[in-house]
Amino acid sequence: MRLRITFEKSGALRYTGHLDLHSLWERTVRRARLPLAYTQGFHPGPKIQLASALPLGFIGRAEIVDLWINEPGDALERNFKERLQPSAPPGLLISSVEVVDEHSPALQTQMVSAEYLVTLLDPAERPGLENGISALLATVALPRERRGKTYDLRPLIESLCLLPEGESGCLQLKMCLAAREGATGRPEEVLDTLGIPFETTRIERTGLILK
Amino acid sequence: MAAGQSAVSVIIPTMLSPEQIESRLERMLLKVQKPGRYVGGELNVVVKDWDEISTKVALVFPDIYDIGISNLGLQILYDLVNQRPDALAERAYAPWVDMEALMRSGDIPLYSLESKHPLAAFDILGFSLPYETLYTNALNLLDLSGIPLRSAERSATDPLIIAGGHACFNPEPMYAFIDAFVIGEGEEVIGEIIDTVKNVKGQTLKVNDVGHSTFDRELLLRELAQIPGVYVPRFYDVSYHEDGTLASIIPNVPEAPKTIIKRMVAKLPPPTTRFLVPNIDVVHNRVSVEVMRGCTRGCRFCQAGMITRPVRERSVEEIVQAAEAAVDATGAEELALLSLSSSDYTDILDLVTRIGEKFGDKHLTVSLPSLRIDTVSVALMEKLKDRRSGGFTLAPEAATERMRRIINKFITDEQLLETARAIYARGWTNIKLYFMIGHPSETLEDVQAIADLCKRVLVEGRKALGGKAKVHAGVSTFIPKPHTPFQWVAVDTVEQIRAKQELLMHELRGPAFKLSWTPPEDTLLEAWLARGDRRMAEVVYAAWKNGTKFDAWQDQRQFEAWNAAFASQELDPAFYTHRPRQSDEIFPWDHISDAVRKKTLYADYSRSLEGEIRQDCREECYACGILPTFAATRREFPGIYWKCPEVKSPAGGKQTAAGGG
Repeated sequence: MRLRITFEKSGALRYTGHLDLHSLWERTVRRARLPLAYTQGFHPGPKIQLASALPLGFIGRAEIVDLWINEPGDALERNFKERLQPSAPPGLLISSVEVVDEHSPALQTQMVSAEYLVTLLDPAERPGLENGISALLATVALPRERRGKTYDLRPLIESLCLLPEGESGCLQLKMCLAAREGATGRPEEVLDTLGIPFETTRIERTGLILK
Repeated sequence: MAAGQSAVSVIIPTMLSPEQIESRLERMLLKVQKPGRYVGGELNVVVKDWDEISTKVALVFPDIYDIGISNLGLQILYDLVNQRPDALAERAYAPWVDMEALMRSGDIPLYSLESKHPLAAFDILGFSLPYETLYTNALNLLDLSGIPLRSAERSATDPLIIAGGHACFNPEPMYAFIDAFVIGEGEEVIGEIIDTVKNVKGQTLKVNDVGHSTFDRELLLRELAQIPGVYVPRFYDVSYHEDGTLASIIPNVPEAPKTIIKRMVAKLPPPTTRFLVPNIDVVHNRVSVEVMRGCTRGCRFCQAGMITRPVRERSVEEIVQAAEAAVDATGAEELALLSLSSSDYTDILDLVTRIGEKFGDKHLTVSLPSLRIDTVSVALMEKLKDRRSGGFTLAPEAATERMRRIINKFITDEQLLETARAIYARGWTNIKLYFMIGHPSETLEDVQAIADLCKRVLVEGRKALGGKAKVHAGVSTFIPKPHTPFQWVAVDTVEQIRAKQELLMHELRGPAFKLSWTPPEDTLLEAWLARGDRRMAEVVYAAWKNGTKFDAWQDQRQFEAWNAAFASQELDPAFYTHRPRQSDEIFPWDHISDAVRKKTLYADYSRSLEGEIRQDCREECYACGILPTFAATRREFPGIYWKCPEVKSPAGGKQTAAGGG
């Protein structure tokens, strides 16, 4: 049986990386006493698939994971969300659990784009930033270099705008970036072109868009 | 300096609030490796309401999170303190060098992972000192907390600084920096210390909205000195002979006992099961259940085996239940059944069978350390066999009959080879053999025998498995630790150690062998710190000033800075390590008692020189001193879970314990 879980990853878990999150899910399922399925072979591993790696420090508001479990015999045991949530570590909040087709394609291959909300922790001039965004969106190409490889950032930006002033008084950016295999836009690259050091921001991934 | 000073006259240092610390951290954490070390938020963490709790304890492990988080002692104390409604325990570990640099430049003091309070806001800082190479880190953490390093310089507003752990059986190299040491087991005494602090505490001042207690330190320390097992170093005067050896250690106040006898928990309390589960990968991702405490083997080099006596066992039932509860509470993938000598646990077969049945299909690795070298051990491990690892560890420690008699760990080569045959035959491809070089009177022939024995083990492996068989020789260097029969022995010189290691490197070449060893500098450093007197405290301080920290890390340790520190104090490091001792030398730790008598240790050392074996003391009591010291306790707790003989004599009798007089 394949379960698709949408969850929030926040608090101290912001600083838990992708591989460690994998172990966190493994332990959560074990604590919930759900029969997690394991791969066959000499080094059996739990069958867990995360849709997309969330960079360290980001908050995830609607992350997605698929877990395979061996069919629980008891129909009462199907309250998966109620069973899993009490076993989850602080900062891991389950929004929904649904049973999906066992043989549907891997989550990673279904990713299309991701939405982000960026909060600027330091005060900044609104007009200046608005101009920067307009200029950025007006460009045809944004050649950049990352880990020694050049690529064009511009086509990876699907949308980018400044939000109206919120209660906190901090400026907030909203953006939607491509997240296909081999074509993933990174919010910190966008921030860098705008001259905003990413350590002065709080980045939340608010949504994952699947095919 | 601060003694007797009234609280109001003291200038209180500024203190950041948790909110300020958190907001500074958020901008910093993505610049360091593994920021998950610095945020807490683990499963099973306890965060209490700061303002509602009267006594706040910060438990400090002075190495990085990745190592400290799985320390069983700290987890036990965390659990125990947090069970009290009137106290809270939070944690702090040593930040790695990248984080420390940012904390210093960003003015962030050391803070607790739970509530992000600065450590200086706690009432008690309890340092865990299981090994000596944490000393400079402990100083560094006090400095990062903005707390005066020296006990004598602390004032009414500073926290009480205590320390415990095996290294504290010679507390003297840290005497100047720790207000009070706990000698021995901490489970009961921690509560007594909290009670005392609670009673002595004066007014609470608010600084930047953070409550800050004040103490009459002199009064507090005098009260603490009266708790059995608590050592307050300022209440003792030390004098030296002209040759640098000790002349006397004498209490200077009536409250301080002449000898501080270790604490020993008569019946092991229920095991901790609500372990903290880290959100990042750490060195040991496991939960541990202590099967028994203490050891009856009497290996003459082994400090743990001497200072943790008597042997006390938990029941199979209690262990299995605790293991189940711990796995349920954590979802752990590894369970460690801890003891100094697993094979000696009375019901080991029953225990292993039940654990194997219970967890066999749960994708759980069970580890069982320190097995005896015999085929029974192989059968035991077979029941627990972990499909994910290919190694089996044995610790012969020495490779010739002469050496084995000297160290009192006697097995025959044939026993080892037979065990190795059984291990390889059952599919383990790699045998790890622990040896120690530098034992008293060891020659190069004895070292050659280590290499020869490894080769003979490999021959057995080749017979069973062909080219797949491997031998890993882990060869450490002997350090004559306090409170052992070998405490009179000198350490090998760097040249002697190098010659022995080079011989092994030359002999154990090729892809089938792996050899690991301890750099001689590390051995010397640990030996200086283990054997130091009060003058060593200034060396530790100078070394820290010279920039040493993380001395347990080979890539961080700065040996030259230590040599410079000795030079600055005009002390000769060789005095502490390369000097054989007279039988009547007063050691810096002689006022600290683990209840095993010094004369018993010396008699055993003499026996060693004669090559005389002494068998397991379960077979026959050798009157080491434990029973006379704890006769009343033994009388109160009769039964088989203590491995000492019963005490039959009436209460009130003096030193008339059976076999113990």
